[in-house]
Amino acid sequence: MIETLAVLGLPLAGALLLSLIGERAMASRLNVAVSLLTWLSSLALAARVIRDGPLLVVDRLFFIDSFNVFLVALTAFVGFTTAIFSRPYMQIERDHGRLTPSRLRLYHSMYQVFIFTMLLVLLSNNMGILWVALEAATLATVLLVSLYRTPASLEAAWKYFILCGVGIAQALFGTILLYFAAEKVLGAGGGALLWTELNGVKAELEPTVLSLAFVFLLVGYGTKVGLVPLHNWLPDAHAEGPTPVSAVLSGLLLNVALYAVIRCKVLVEGSLQTAFARELLMGFGLVSVVVAAFLLSRQKDVKRLFAYSSIEHMGIITFAFGMGGPIANFAGLLHMTVHSLTKSAIFFAVGHAAQKTGTQLIDGIRGLITVSPLIGWGLALGSLAILGMPPFGVFASEFLILTSAMREHPWATPFLLLSLGVAFAAVFSKVQPMVFGDATAARLPHRPAMTPVFVHLGLVLMLGIWIPPFLADWYRQAAKLIG
Amino acid sequence: MAAMTGIPIWAQLINLLAAVLLLLAFAMLSQRRVLSLINLFAAQGFALACSTAIVAWATGQTHLYGSAALTLLLKVALLPWLLHRLVRKLDVRWDVEGLLNIPTTMLVGIVLVVFAFNLAAPIEQLASTITRSTLGIAMACVMLAFLMMITRRKAIPQVIGFLAMENGLFFAATSATYGMPMVVELGIALDVLVAMLILGVFFFQIREQFDSLDLKHLEKLKESE
Repeated sequence: MIETLAVLGLPLAGALLLSLIGERAMASRLNVAVSLLTWLSSLALAARVIRDGPLLVVDRLFFIDSFNVFLVALTAFVGFTTAIFSRPYMQIERDHGRLTPSRLRLYHSMYQVFIFTMLLVLLSNNMGILWVALEAATLATVLLVSLYRTPASLEAAWKYFILCGVGIAQALFGTILLYFAAEKVLGAGGGALLWTELNGVKAELEPTVLSLAFVFLLVGYGTKVGLVPLHNWLPDAHAEGPTPVSAVLSGLLLNVALYAVIRCKVLVEGSLQTAFARELLMGFGLVSVVVAAFLLSRQKDVKRLFAYSSIEHMGIITFAFGMGGPIANFAGLLHMTVHSLTKSAIFFAVGHAAQKTGTQLIDGIRGLITVSPLIGWGLALGSLAILGMPPFGVFASEFLILTSAMREHPWATPFLLLSLGVAFAAVFSKVQPMVFGDATAARLPHRPAMTPVFVHLGLVLMLGIWIPPFLADWYRQAAKLIG
Repeated sequence: MAAMTGIPIWAQLINLLAAVLLLLAFAMLSQRRVLSLINLFAAQGFALACSTAIVAWATGQTHLYGSAALTLLLKVALLPWLLHRLVRKLDVRWDVEGLLNIPTTMLVGIVLVVFAFNLAAPIEQLASTITRSTLGIAMACVMLAFLMMITRRKAIPQVIGFLAMENGLFFAATSATYGMPMVVELGIALDVLVAMLILGVFFFQIREQFDSLDLKHLEKLKESE
């Protein structure tokens, strides 16, 4: 209980504190410190779950099981490393005159609010609170995306707000329908929206209502996952916001939104006893993979390139959960983890590369390896990892997903293989000259923070070779829960 | 009229207010002027608060009074006041939406209403609430607000469309289930309020950059540049 409250309370307190002290030299350090403490308390929470099993705390308001505990730890961890990365990155941005002190203050406090809302989504047992927190996460990131106040960033933020606002309104309607069905079984009041209660009586919930609810929930939360055709906001928001924000959007928010979808899927599947929810997930997932893979080759902006790659990977994960079964679900959970780590590492490297060359255009970034070997290697290895090269973890999860697709849904395999091949060609041909071409980069006024990149890639490498037994246990239990 | 005599007065009132809500949704859809749009939004909020209060009184669901008070406070007083202040400060009070084909929009709106009623029909049969017959109207309101967001090219009407959608959702919650649990409703209200405040700041930024709130300036980010 104390760990849960610490995980939620620390970022909230940090946000308050950071908005009060304003922009000083210590603000960015405080940001790192709060994120570190949040991460440590998430580890304490994980340790407790390992010891005691699933937890239900504070009058059933928060629920921690094997499905969300690793996401909580992952979110807090990437939140911490991104805070480390953003220290030099934001200082350089300020030296370049792109940010004023008051906007840095906004950045730091909103960063903590964003982490808080995501952790609240993950920990909340109440499907209504989950909705509220996810909407709050949108609002926090709208301010972060428009941080530079350039015409392009304002447009991106507006598009993000309107599209996700409409999307999340659909999800609210889905939640209302869910409550409507639940209230008949559980009676009116707060208990009828608690996931643990709903999960207990899911077989008695009215199937007609739940299938309609799931369509609305999937469209609503799916907008935030970036599933095609609801993905329009995603590349813009990633390209125009500051790079640390792109890293947490891709690495964390998409995962968290997908988590919401999967929680709903468990309930709906229990009620319907048909493959309706699975087929929807598989359809949306496959379309996302194919469309995003073919759009990759048309990108000229490096952050847009990797934003489309995120859509592709969220599609793969959605498809995996759509297939269901212990192996595909295990692979989907593993892929959530490694994609989050790899993609944020790539954004760290890309952010510094863009700062060095003064442009986000792929054609303008050349020869990173000669000017700055660390950034060059970080980008090269990160790209290889995200493209599914062995021995990185992405290979392991994609391999599992592909083999289960071959066994259970052979019709989908050619689409997946084709998309992975197209994505490989597109990303590799664009990254290769960025890393090895003739140098265009200049020196930076602050030392770039490359440690997070290699820590992330190291973890992804480790997950490709060896998954710690407790993590494998969580994955297996969660895979069983998801069904 | 003989059939109506069997229905108690409060049920008739709720049905009347539901009809008013739908009418206001259509009025907003066709309203070109920003100021009138804000007033229509406030009126819709008022009708919503009234119907929630009547349901609360008729069914004895006391927490719905809180919900009605929340609606009254937020959607009739606070948000319209904020919007009025905003249009005064931005000096867009007499803004008129030029590119709006009202007859076509209305026709599409009617089709949406029919669709919404069809969608709601199976749920209505399952509902045990006295207000279940209004669920179709609630869904129609949501869809009309959605249509309004799509057809508008200016920032403030788009946002009013967004808020009107929230109105429709609240009405849906009351008619299908006698409202969501209070903690959730409070959270939703908070989100709406914060969204409005952020958008207020946002409007000024857009204006500063583009010298207008016309969203045609916000269509630069395209795939093939």
